[in-house]
Amino acid sequence: MLMENAEDILEQFCRAASDPVEYGRSIKRKDREIIGFLCTYAPEEIIAAAGFHPFRLFGAHGDISGADQHLQSYSCSLVRGVLEDALAGRCDFLDGIIFPHTCDSIQRLSDIWRLNIPTAFFADVVLPVKLVSGSAEKYLYDVLKRFVKELESWSGRDITDEMITASCEKYNAIRRRMRDLYARHAENPACLSAADLSAVMTASMVMDRADVLAGLTDLVDKLDKTVPSGMSSRRRVFLVGSVCDQPEFYHLIADAGADVVGDDLCSGSRYCDGDIVTNGDPLTAIASRLVSRVNCPAKHYSLTARGDRIVEAVKRSRADGVVFIHLKFCDPHAFDYPYIKGMLDDIHIPSMVLEIEAQLPSEGALRTRFETFVHMLR
Amino acid sequence: MKFLKKILIILIIAVKKLICRKKKRADMREIMTIYYMEAKTARVTDKKVAWITSGGPVEPLIAMGVIPVYPENHGAMIGASKMGRALCEKAEEMGYSSDLCSYARSDISCAVDGGGPIGGLPRPDMLICCNNICGTVLKWYEIQARHFNVPLFILDTPFCHTAYMREMHVYVRRQLEEYIRFLEDVCRKKFNRDTMADVGRKSIQAQRLWQQVLDTAANRPAPLTAFDAFFHLALIVTLRGTQTAVDYYASLLRQMNERVTRGIGAVPNERYRLLWDNLPIWYRLRWLSKKFAAHDACLVADTYTSAWCGAMKYMNENDFLESMAEGYTRIYLNVGVDEMARTVIAMIDKYDVDGVVMHSNRSCKPYSLGQYDIQRIVMEERNIPCLIIEADMVDERNFSESQVATRIDAFMEMIKQD
Repeated sequence: MLMENAEDILEQFCRAASDPVEYGRSIKRKDREIIGFLCTYAPEEIIAAAGFHPFRLFGAHGDISGADQHLQSYSCSLVRGVLEDALAGRCDFLDGIIFPHTCDSIQRLSDIWRLNIPTAFFADVVLPVKLVSGSAEKYLYDVLKRFVKELESWSGRDITDEMITASCEKYNAIRRRMRDLYARHAENPACLSAADLSAVMTASMVMDRADVLAGLTDLVDKLDKTVPSGMSSRRRVFLVGSVCDQPEFYHLIADAGADVVGDDLCSGSRYCDGDIVTNGDPLTAIASRLVSRVNCPAKHYSLTARGDRIVEAVKRSRADGVVFIHLKFCDPHAFDYPYIKGMLDDIHIPSMVLEIEAQLPSEGALRTRFETFVHMLR
Repeated sequence: MKFLKKILIILIIAVKKLICRKKKRADMREIMTIYYMEAKTARVTDKKVAWITSGGPVEPLIAMGVIPVYPENHGAMIGASKMGRALCEKAEEMGYSSDLCSYARSDISCAVDGGGPIGGLPRPDMLICCNNICGTVLKWYEIQARHFNVPLFILDTPFCHTAYMREMHVYVRRQLEEYIRFLEDVCRKKFNRDTMADVGRKSIQAQRLWQQVLDTAANRPAPLTAFDAFFHLALIVTLRGTQTAVDYYASLLRQMNERVTRGIGAVPNERYRLLWDNLPIWYRLRWLSKKFAAHDACLVADTYTSAWCGAMKYMNENDFLESMAEGYTRIYLNVGVDEMARTVIAMIDKYDVDGVVMHSNRSCKPYSLGQYDIQRIVMEERNIPCLIIEADMVDERNFSESQVATRIDAFMEMIKQD
């Protein structure tokens, strides 16, 4: 259970998570300059160091009309949703947008955005895809360096190493609190609902980062610290996928009798993996975190890096089963699924795969699927 | 026994090559048969086999005497022989989503279960993946590297949305040296830079000839169609850098020039000229070709087959190794939508076309996403009709013949009225 006041903190996060557009407009009204991004590989630390507010775009979950003029039906709901928002004026609070190279679809979204959505600042930060080689890390450093120069020339402000280091320290603190929150939640899933944890994570990628740090610190502090004793009848599941930010999804898993005890999601724990070393050259340090953090399947680390890490995280969180949650038409995740499922089969961890689009499948269908799966875990 | 077998195979291949070379007109099917025969007997003849992506730098492999094998070319053969559906379904049973690239699905399924028109590809000793065509090949080659348990080299070519930056050049150039070291390790022999320079010159020579072949279609009537180009493409993909490819395209160019001189068109009554965009719909080539010919329309050019000579402007035949970083990074698919639109418009002008047919290919997102914007730009700047056909290059389940036929008919009516 949550202690008094933690509810209020949560409320702040949940409000921003449920209506990020309104949140974005509210900070715009305070004369903040906002730079948007879609992918966790965006060097947010640099954006923040330059005095801009980094704002992650998750895309609307509503109907698509305008985006259909630019994107085929076989693009994922994230890409279509973000473009729909932009075309409908729901990104009007953005002063800029950056695209770190992610996947084939986001790569083309970058072009379509550049050609159709007038944005004061636009940058393609073409990060390497291959993260293991000296040349890749050197290239990544050069790309970050160019990005700093682009931001400087557009803003007319200098971005010093000290400013970047200070920003990295803040991000380290935020990511550490997030990891604390995950650890606490894995120990005692009853202390915070998975839907709320997800809302805290996604809200932290859009809210003012000083508020985020204060809120996370308070929340970690005020969460119920008791570790439940005895056996729980509830099952423990682990999520694997990209973005999963719909509260209903988490509610249905909870209703089916399972607790989400960990994830490998870019709207979740992949975001907060790894610290940035702060006693050296800051760009080298940012580059070094980006190549060593848990990788997205669109990036190459090694042939089994993702599978190994997921197996390890599943064991560590003592999960009974894994739910793969794939955005339909997300190629990198769909390609990785059979081998990672195979690795889980080898350690006798049952899994299910769920393909979702902007809107979840009907509640009844989803409920039945989760119930059947959780039942199997008993 | 093995020694005898080796001698026998080498002899058979040598004789076949000799016969092939003596012929007045080089025969694509024969060349490809010999090529696959050599690849399939590589283990006996002690040659190494590398699987490589269609946009990958093959020249260093040729220079090292490694036989390059192209899963994408294999995918095209699977599609053309209408075996894609069954193989894709098999991959889906293995857990691969039906939304994934059909080349990848059919190749993955062949690697595990065999099958396909040539009974699967020869087992690789190494995999070379260049992501200048898509991110799909990265995932696909990771899967094959795990399956075959062989070394994988990834050439990471940063995407050039608006420009080719200096740091990109430095990065790719460095990786080319890493590539050479990788080959030396796997082949256990030294890389010869003189041989490489020679292969590089032949590669450029073949690309130039291929471009000249495609250019002949600027004549009225066009001596060849995009459907012919899809067929003749095989060698510029697979044997770029060899004398075989140079000879083949030199001979093909002579044939095309002869047709031009004699005024022979590929479509009997060519009245309308069209440009094709994206990969072919391999399992419906003949049907599409007849469909357009029935409207007296000729697909005179396409953005796909010309992609194998489109980056020639960045290459220096006298310093191939140095210039190939830029050449391989700035290929048609690895650039922004606006630059692709400019290329399409330049082709519209060069080949004097009346309309554009775009294949919106579910299997290929980098090629297809952005087509709607290219269509809009083309219509604004050249005011010619653009048709979009929804399909897939290999998986027939994503093709509706009646729907496509109706749309082509309506599109041709529009062109005829103009």
